Order: sequence, then C-alpha cells, then structure tokens
Amino acid sequence: MTPEPIQTSPELSVRDLACARGERLLFKGMNFTVKAGELLLVQGGNGQGKTSLLRLLTGLARPEDGMVLWCGKPINKNREDFHAQMIYLGHANGVKDDLNPVENLRFAEGLQGRPFEAARAVSILERLGLGRCLDLPCRVLSFGQRRRVALSALLLADARLWILDEPLTGLDIHAVALMEGLIRDHLTGGGMVVATTHQALNLEGVNVQRLLVGNVAIPELA
Amino acid sequence: MHRFLLAVLRRDLTLAARRRGDWLIAQFFFVMVASLFPLGVGPEPEMLARIGPGVLWVAATLASLLSLSRLFADDHHDGSLEHMVLSPEPTVLLVLGKSLAHWLIYCIPLLLIAPVLGIQFNLPWDAIWVLEISLLLGTPILSLLGSVGAALTLGLRGGGVLLTLLILPLYVPALIFGAGAVDGVMSGTGGQAHLSLLGAFMVLSLMIAPWIAAAALRVSLE
Repeated sequence: MTPEPIQTSPELSVRDLACARGERLLFKGMNFTVKAGELLLVQGGNGQGKTSLLRLLTGLARPEDGMVLWCGKPINKNREDFHAQMIYLGHANGVKDDLNPVENLRFAEGLQGRPFEAARAVSILERLGLGRCLDLPCRVLSFGQRRRVALSALLLADARLWILDEPLTGLDIHAVALMEGLIRDHLTGGGMVVATTHQALNLEGVNVQRLLVGNVAIPELA
Repeated sequence: MHRFLLAVLRRDLTLAARRRGDWLIAQFFFVMVASLFPLGVGPEPEMLARIGPGVLWVAATLASLLSLSRLFADDHHDGSLEHMVLSPEPTVLLVLGKSLAHWLIYCIPLLLIAPVLGIQFNLPWDAIWVLEISLLLGTPILSLLGSVGAALTLGLRGGGVLLTLLILPLYVPALIFGAGAVDGVMSGTGGQAHLSLLGAFMVLSLMIAPWIAAAALRVSLE
C-alpha cells in the first residue's frame, strides 16, 4: 500500500511560475517546494487559476514563464521519470462508462505500463466501498461511485506524487473521511500531495502548506 | 513499451465490442454509399465496372472518416485521454495504438464487405483481388493520417466537419493509387506500380503521422 522507502528525497518545486489564460495573466512569480510527506493545499476562488496551476504541475500545460522541477530537473526534460511517479486526478474521472470498475483499473494500470494485480485491485475497490458494483458497467454507477472508482485507480497506481483537483467533489461524508485517512497514510509513507478543495478537511498531524492563488481572500479552511 | 501498446489496443477493442452500434453504422454507411451509385447512374454493367473501383474507394474513405472524429473525442470527454498522455510511455505509441485499433475496428470490416460490393459493380475477379490488396495497403493510411486530423480538431466546436475538410485532401494520393491499381488491372496495364506507390505512401504515413498527431494532441490538450 505505502510507497517504498525513499532513497533520494524527491521534491516538486516551482520557480517564478507564471500562467496566462488567453490575454489574462492569472499569476506570476510563484515559488514553492513540496517535499516528501507534505501536502500543498491550493486555495483560491473560482476562476483564480487553481486548475490551471495543477495542469502546469502535471506537464499537461506549458507555463507562460518559469519552470516546474521534479527532483531538481525541469519536468519536460525528465518527463518519463516524473510521470512514472506522478498521478493526476482532474475534474473528469477518466472512468470509461462501458467498462466495469475492475476493467477500468486494469486498463488504467496497463496505460501506466504496469502489470495488473487483480486481487489487489479488487481489495482496493472493496476498501472504497465498491464491493457490490464490481461487475456493473460504470454507466449505471452514481456520480460519487464513479469518483470512487477514479480514487481506486489513484491508490492502485502507487505513485509518489498525487495531484488532485477537487478530489472530494460528489463524495459522501464516509468517503471524505476515508479520503482524509488515505491522504494521511500516503503522506506518512513519504508521499506528496498537491490538492485543491473547497471543502473543510480534517488534517490533524499532517504537514500542510497553504498556497493562495489569485487575489480573492477566502475564509480559512479546516 | 509493447505492454503499453497492447493495453491501448486491447482497451479500444474492448470498448468497440461494448458499443457495437457505432461500429455497425460505419459499415452500413459504406454499403449504402456504394449502393446508391448503381441507382443513380443506371444499371449498365460496363458503366458500373468503369466507375466501380473509384466509387468503392471513395465510399471506404468516407466510411473511415465517419468514425475518426471520435478517435480521441470520447476519451477527451471523460478525462481518460489526459491520463493516457500523462503515462510515462511516449504519446507517439498511444497514437499508434489508437490508429491501429481504428484500422482493425473500422477498416478490416470494409475489406470483408468490399468483394461483395465488387460483384455488385460487375468487377472481374482479378480486379476484386487487386481491390482487396489496394484496400489492405491503403486503409492504414486513412487511419494514420486521420489521427493527425482528429488530434488537431480535438475539443473544437464543429470539429467533425473541420476534420473532414482537413483530412480529405491528404487522402487524395491514397485514392488515386488505390483506385488506379484496380483500373490498371481492368485496362490490362497491371496494378503493380500503383500498389507499390500505395505501399510507399503507407510506410511514409506510418513513419510520420504518429509523431505529428502526438504533438497535435499535446497542443490540443493544453
């Protein structure tokens, strides 16, 4: 479950990052570093550039200026290594409606170039409360259940860095509590998490950095 | 690397097997377009044999275009395309796998239907045989070049129509050499030269198209 012990301490850092959407500059001169065991909570109002920042961190989008570094190397020079250790969960789940949860996980693993361990996938799905939906196509699952399938893929991937865009959307209180526990476990195991959320999180004992994107102040969370 | 390619291939084939309706539409379209011509130009056997190769090739081109707009669009819509692009494996392999899957799903059935339609157009057996070889060599070009168009028009409104306008001119060489080979056999000059050029064009698209499509995909996702 937990990532292997760390040999070289990996870190994600950002230097003088600037992001523009069309003509509008969302932010510039952004600097931060996320080390093993740390959670970076990205906060800001709607349309302030939280999702844009996360997409820059994954390498899906190119920054206007500055760079994103993984273990000290720019991610576009180090793409293979970075993507092998990073997993991204965006607004869309990346879950195929025509496949059942197990098949979804099988292909998610295959697309990461890893062999598929069926027993482990099933145990993760059961842990996330999907034990009764294993052979149903995801089309018939509820919004929250599909989100849970996406979170199972996150756990199965066993990546060092999680980049989560609103991971709690559509989850009920049990799943939110479960997710808090999973994030805590991941961080204790030496993982890193970058997440945006509008919901309050119970993060006692977690090393949290907060980053405010944009200029609209929002009330303190958690 | 081959595991990734296989995973992409198996995934697209499974999804196609779950949605047979989409698959049948392309095949019916091929049959319908090819069958309208005898009704339009009259039933004289000599006339039908004259236009047959060209009509079948145009119909095959249009039928493969019909499914191309969804090559990446479905995966883009549910977020799985982002996951695939963020895989540590090269995006070129992803495009290659998806083009190959498109060819297997949508073009191989055309190859199986074409002889029947050839009889409908009163083509002699040796011409039907060359038609099959020309389709076998030529249809991968449609899938490969089509992937470039599908990647470029990803996420655009009215992308399907734009894709048709962008890609059809690129299909012209395949059409000329493909239909030309069958004409050559029927007029007695032989189809060898046309088939060789068609093969060369196929190899050329195989070498170039996945790279362009991968670059286009990254731009479209940004």
